[in-house]
Amino acid sequence: MTYIPISPQERDAMLKTVGVKTLDDLFEAIPAKRRFPKLDLPPALTEMEAAAHLADMASSNENVRQDLISFLGAGAYNHYVPSVVDHMLRRGEFYTAYTPYQPEISQGTLQAIFEYQSLMTNLTGMEVSNASHYDGATATAEAVNLAYAQYRGKRKKIVMSPSVNPQYRAVIRTYSQGMGLTEVGDEAGNHEDGPEVLMSLIDEATMLVVVQYPDFFGRIYDYKKLIDTAHEKGALVCVVANPTALILLKTPGEMGADIVVGEAQPFGIPLWYGGPYLGFFTTKKSYVHKMAGRLVGETVDVRGNRSYVLTLTAREQHIKRERATSNICTNQGLLALGCSVYMSVLGRQGLQEVANLCYQKAHYAAAELSKIDGFGLCHPEPFFHEFVLCTPKPAGEVNQYLLDHGVLGGYDLSTDYPDMQNHLLVAVTEMNSRDEIDTLVALLKEM
Amino acid sequence: MATIIEPTIFELSSPGRRGVTMPASDVPTVDLPAKDFLRSELPLPELAEVDVVRHYMKLSSFNYSVDGGFYPLGSCTMKYNPKINEDTCRLPGFLFTHPLQPIETVQGNLALMYEMQDWLKEISGFAGVTLQPAAGAHGEFTGVLMMAAYHKSRGDTKRTRMLIPDAAHGTNPASVGMLGMSVVTIPSDSRGNVDLKALEAACDDTVVGMMLTNPNTLGMFDENIEKVIKLVQGCGGLMYGDGANLNALLGIVRPGDLGFDVMHFNLHKTFSVPHGGGGPGSGPVGVSQRLADFLPSPLVGIIEEGDDETAPLYGFVNPKNSIGRMKAFHGHFGGGLVRSYTYILMHGPDGLKDIAQYAVLNANYLQARLRGTYRIPYDRICMHEFVMEGHFEGSDVRALDISKRLMDYDFHPPTNYFPLIVPEALMIEPTETENKDTLDRFADALIKIAEEAKSQPDLLHNAPSTTQFGRMDEVKAARELVLCCWLPENYEA
Repeated sequence: MTYIPISPQERDAMLKTVGVKTLDDLFEAIPAKRRFPKLDLPPALTEMEAAAHLADMASSNENVRQDLISFLGAGAYNHYVPSVVDHMLRRGEFYTAYTPYQPEISQGTLQAIFEYQSLMTNLTGMEVSNASHYDGATATAEAVNLAYAQYRGKRKKIVMSPSVNPQYRAVIRTYSQGMGLTEVGDEAGNHEDGPEVLMSLIDEATMLVVVQYPDFFGRIYDYKKLIDTAHEKGALVCVVANPTALILLKTPGEMGADIVVGEAQPFGIPLWYGGPYLGFFTTKKSYVHKMAGRLVGETVDVRGNRSYVLTLTAREQHIKRERATSNICTNQGLLALGCSVYMSVLGRQGLQEVANLCYQKAHYAAAELSKIDGFGLCHPEPFFHEFVLCTPKPAGEVNQYLLDHGVLGGYDLSTDYPDMQNHLLVAVTEMNSRDEIDTLVALLKEM
Repeated sequence: MATIIEPTIFELSSPGRRGVTMPASDVPTVDLPAKDFLRSELPLPELAEVDVVRHYMKLSSFNYSVDGGFYPLGSCTMKYNPKINEDTCRLPGFLFTHPLQPIETVQGNLALMYEMQDWLKEISGFAGVTLQPAAGAHGEFTGVLMMAAYHKSRGDTKRTRMLIPDAAHGTNPASVGMLGMSVVTIPSDSRGNVDLKALEAACDDTVVGMMLTNPNTLGMFDENIEKVIKLVQGCGGLMYGDGANLNALLGIVRPGDLGFDVMHFNLHKTFSVPHGGGGPGSGPVGVSQRLADFLPSPLVGIIEEGDDETAPLYGFVNPKNSIGRMKAFHGHFGGGLVRSYTYILMHGPDGLKDIAQYAVLNANYLQARLRGTYRIPYDRICMHEFVMEGHFEGSDVRALDISKRLMDYDFHPPTNYFPLIVPEALMIEPTETENKDTLDRFADALIKIAEEAKSQPDLLHNAPSTTQFGRMDEVKAARELVLCCWLPENYEA
């Protein structure tokens, strides 16, 4: 199959205009002995054959809609995506456009990003949002870059909550390996401590405190005191937040957070085996010049029409080159659009329904699971739609037993926290019916 | 007061209007957390489904797109995105698999990733590939981290300088800056190649390596590429290839065979992942044998070998000296890898070579048609793109004016003002998916615009005039910094 729309006759006419005889003649600048390697790849398939091949591969997976009952979350959540979302994403005008460098003919993308920025700031209680990052983990790493730039490298300490998603912490370690930072707070052994333990670690050398909301174990804390303490020492605070929980919970902005980031996958983006997702990044207006990523601002055109452009581009790599805060070039434009459509079509009330269903079903599941002999909630704190279940056997064994019965029980926390052997992180969303929850409970009763 | 062509989603909101509703709860109701834990208001829009659809349809009509027309944006490879990719990446088995599922339940995904790693190795001539990076710049950062880790592992700690040609994309120096290394700019020579004398003078034992885009951003394949690589590696440096322009090389030459140590792929350029108005992209990275142990973790590997009857068991493996994790989970699987996998599968080895050949033919055809009307500073057979100067003697018309005027002819402008080494640069990349008629219409328009620049320059200065929006006041946007559109009076608590 080819997508090249040029006939042999047209090709020959074009070669003549160029002044060469054959296509191969165009490549004489390439070292002759390396030219035209034979590639060992499967032979080309037609569209019909490729569609069948891919369908086979996809169906050899067991998915969480048709094959498995899932209580797996831990950073990616199974939510309902209204039909409208994908219909809009499939518009070629959106998905086959580039970054809106030419605003006169990119107002669709630009206004959509402007609205996304507005939706996210209203959700998080912050003042500005950029046009998005690769995912929640890299958005959190960019918060570290912001803090580093804010203190011009003079403060080099991060106070890291151990209950920030372990993958996010790993990405921060990868990203910051050239900066000479010290990270305290998430050493082994203290990972179930609450935020009060972090407060004593904050000092005048601290550039950033990072906490998660609800935390990786699902616990809800009011971080106001922690944030006040950080501000007294002059440190910034980044809150990694779950957007579905923010529909219901007090905003990090209200608590005084300086930066609120997170993974917006729960808002209209399929699980897709982990990506692409959508990292959101919101902050206060005073930090906007240190923020990475694209930013859309309102203006007018020469005809007096309200319109939108990429703005504050002087922060970015194509102007500042090696002095840029970040090398980021793309955003997740199309998925930011999906997120906006999701929020718009559910609207204020629909979103509240989603959050309420998650909350109610998770609490039903927690209550029923706690009634089983040997099982119980590990933590007393309030939670939203995810909680840690203490199990009588290692969580890995519990999961294997459940998988044999077609159920993904949750996330085995010993994967990242070796001394949490009997700790299963259970997520419940609006997608889990009471029947599914009852099935989980019945299976564990029989285990 | 500005005229509003389409209100924002907030302005369209009306309290009490409903879109998609959710089912009633099927579990007993419990109390919400104490009021102290809850937000007091949720200032988000309220609309009906039809309001939402009309709004976004209206916005979509403001966009120029590859589906709508010719988009010759240099170095962006705005090729046609096959529709079948949109279907394969949305197969339920891909859409609805959770990234933390047990590997036994996602063997289809893992097999696809394993094959994709192999295919990218084969196409590029590298020994190892990571699929984790989310975009080209992310891949660059990954590559530079590996280069730093390699030197560090050898106790070679004085290497802090990265050589970067003056024609390079801004992400190259920015990636280096993220690691606190310094940048040494290497000039280009009169044929658009790396200046060998300058390179030789810069090569010493403090060099981390060189980041080279080849073909470079002038659209030129470096005629001395093997000498360049030899010089850099001769002083102990590593050779980084920016794969932004790989579309010109598919089946033509493998960067690994030329001696490159590391290169990122842009699946959203070369392998037809749609650009999505700025993303998501996908930026896998290939490396030579000596860097393979430093790849990000995890990679997809075979955990248990298969035989004639059973397929192998795929799972995750961690390279020995891995630089660590670059993002959560496994890369841009659905939107990136599945689309590119479909694309490579449908092209095969010969089809991939055709892509490069016709991409290069189309660029050379346009260059031949515009030569004589526009100055082409590096005039030789180009690869998939070429750069010409958008200005004329005795005229105050600039590249920007030509770009804006092209919109009146219903074309997307080329990349302008890049690369920085060409004055008033217009960088044109037609890609292989344009037919001769389109290329001719585009060349005709540019020739006509060159005449207009002399006879009616105001047509260019005031362009575009036929589009829905005219030129924007960018100064106002940066000065007033209106980044958000909350209208709280529209909301009831």
